[in-house]
Amino acid sequence: MTNISIDAPEVVRGQPYPGAPDNWKRFFTFSTDHKVIGIQYIVTSFVFFLIGGLLSMVMRGELITPEADLVDRTVYNALFTMHGSIMLFMWTFPVLVGLGNYLVPLMIGARDMAFPRLNAVSFWMIPVVGILMLASFLVPGGASQSGWWAYPPVSLQNPTGHLINGQVLWILAVAISGVSSIMGAVNFVTTIFRMRAPGMTWFKTPAFVWAVLGAQLIQLYGLPALTGGAVMLLLDITIGTSFFAPERGGNPILYQHFFWFYSHPAVYVMILPAFGMFSEILPVHARKPLFGYRVIAASSILITVVSGVVWVHHMFASATPAWMRILFMVTSMLVAIPSGIKVFGWVATIWGGKIRFTTPMLFALGGISNWLFAGITGIFLASVPIDIHVNNTYFVVGHFHYVLYGAIVMGIYAGIYHWFPKMTGRMYYEGLGKLHFALTYLGTALTFLPMHPAGLMGMPRRVASYDLEFAYWNVLASLGGFLLGLSTLPFILNMVSSWIRGDKVGNNPWRAYGLEWLTSSPPTVENFEETPIVVSRPYGYGSNEPLVGNVPNPGLTEFPESFTQKTTS
Amino acid sequence: MTAEKAIAQDVEANVRQHQEHDEAGNSKFGFIVFLLSESVIFLSFFAGYIVYKTTSPDWYPPGVTGLETREPLINTIVLVSSSFVIYVAERYLHDKKLWGFRLFLLATMAMGSYFLFGQAVEWHGLPFTYQSGLFGSTFFLLTGFHGLHVLTGILLQTLMLGRSFIPGNYDNGFFGVEATSLFWHFVDVIWIVLYTLIYVWQ
Repeated sequence: MTNISIDAPEVVRGQPYPGAPDNWKRFFTFSTDHKVIGIQYIVTSFVFFLIGGLLSMVMRGELITPEADLVDRTVYNALFTMHGSIMLFMWTFPVLVGLGNYLVPLMIGARDMAFPRLNAVSFWMIPVVGILMLASFLVPGGASQSGWWAYPPVSLQNPTGHLINGQVLWILAVAISGVSSIMGAVNFVTTIFRMRAPGMTWFKTPAFVWAVLGAQLIQLYGLPALTGGAVMLLLDITIGTSFFAPERGGNPILYQHFFWFYSHPAVYVMILPAFGMFSEILPVHARKPLFGYRVIAASSILITVVSGVVWVHHMFASATPAWMRILFMVTSMLVAIPSGIKVFGWVATIWGGKIRFTTPMLFALGGISNWLFAGITGIFLASVPIDIHVNNTYFVVGHFHYVLYGAIVMGIYAGIYHWFPKMTGRMYYEGLGKLHFALTYLGTALTFLPMHPAGLMGMPRRVASYDLEFAYWNVLASLGGFLLGLSTLPFILNMVSSWIRGDKVGNNPWRAYGLEWLTSSPPTVENFEETPIVVSRPYGYGSNEPLVGNVPNPGLTEFPESFTQKTTS
Repeated sequence: MTAEKAIAQDVEANVRQHQEHDEAGNSKFGFIVFLLSESVIFLSFFAGYIVYKTTSPDWYPPGVTGLETREPLINTIVLVSSSFVIYVAERYLHDKKLWGFRLFLLATMAMGSYFLFGQAVEWHGLPFTYQSGLFGSTFFLLTGFHGLHVLTGILLQTLMLGRSFIPGNYDNGFFGVEATSLFWHFVDVIWIVLYTLIYVWQ
């Protein structure tokens, strides 16, 4: 078998076309390069992460005292609505699509996504969505106040009587974001199914790619349902149809079914890529193969399937019939099986490994520990009696923020630090990274842990004022929230300064074992000089097997030309 | 057989498969994925229709007892037959017979337009509107959304017809025509379900 070294030769960065900018300016162009688009997604979404974060700072400022004295109640309603909407539609989805965009073609040895122009169009819809969302603060009546779930009949109210109001803008924004995501999902699924490098069979495909595939399949089967529900809601508001309007004979509960049929699996659209990143990062920084790789890969698809039949657990308190409650309680708990498989796999991966406590490793370990906690409170919430008790309390808020911030945001940070040297060719500052991790981990615990006891004691969510007995937990949560806000500063400082003047590193600073590390850092326009031919599984740490080869077996002479095909051909 | 040889054969099979993955194939795969995803929108509307119809105490608006089925049935037959006509058009293009392609594509467009016209006439004569309770709302949502798809299909066909007059345009594959044709079959299948739900199940 021919030998290859993990470090590929230095490749000169090419240009997408003659005269194209080869510096920071290319990130402001309509580029069809998946790497440029990936970074466009990531940077744009971070802008909205900060905006969404600022909205939550105002909310935590309001809640640091029991009285509603900082903003009035309608503003508070708009704040939690837009905080949730921006954080989901403008931050978590886009940033993960960005990471997937950057990494998937590199990891599967493809030159680009299957449909590069469609990819660019998908991205450029995101700023439009953001502008629509933010513009809703400026229209008469202000931004939508019905929460990110926009339940009717609340969302059908239009006290100002204007056709262009916050709720209508919200629906339009969500619809455009949905179109962008569906186009993105078509692109990802086609790319992963059809553009894997020769030799990369399904069980040689990295776990992150499996996770992205699972997440994008959910987008394909779930998002159209939300889009359908949103169209019906829009028609109810604008032209007076009666789908969800109770006074016209409509059924508002049906909207909840449409909404949660997508929005429950949507949490897996976000957490599956985070899981995928944990699965990539742990083996590298523990110098061991991923334990139970096949099972971990397959469990992503299992989660995709099971998550499609659990949505009613968000509606246990919505006059749901008993048979439905029990059915969905059972299916919801089933999700614990594939999730548990992954956690056991991760623990076994680091077991006895040579662990390097780098920033990405710390974020991965922190994210996994938070996910464990969130998973356990998730089991609580899946059981009908407990859910009926804590429904619409801060317990739920604490639970899903532990999923979203504790696990998903930590996973995103882990991924960004881990692949930062690949994206920029430079290393981040480890000290700042560790400071960022410490602040984030402490901030997460201090903000979202106190919400659990407050909720168990009965503090309702979506309120601007509360009883004095909840004050202690709220002061803690607010201080934690401000700490989380502060924690983003070392991150931004680190990223900006490292990108400009960080230490230059080689192609593979982590000595990692994956296709994306075989090309230059940052990769050339065409990703690989020659189409790589995959001959062994990923995560082969300690196996001494080459990952790719030119001619895998000299005994077989009749190999097609494409074995050494130039990628530029 | 040694393990190395097994790996090599595995790789060889995969390389061959990889070579066959051309761009047109990608487009076709992607388009089918897109259509599957779009069918979920229709499925959710159908699910809504079934829930509303089975749970509403007064389903039809006052004075309405049901829908006339004869004219829509003729419409259905025309639309479903057009699926065969566009298939014939595609075959002609496959055999590089451009005039046959244009003729049958034109026939498809005429049949699609007949369908839309028939739907417009039907809508005009109905004794209820989209504001007439749940039945009115769902009826116009389903038929209107489907009609929008028929219109899109006709526009795509117009585009494909126009492109057939550019010399050499269809010499190296014709994914656009294949996609248009797939889309048209999709629209037909959706209509068959829709017709059964709304007109047959009364």
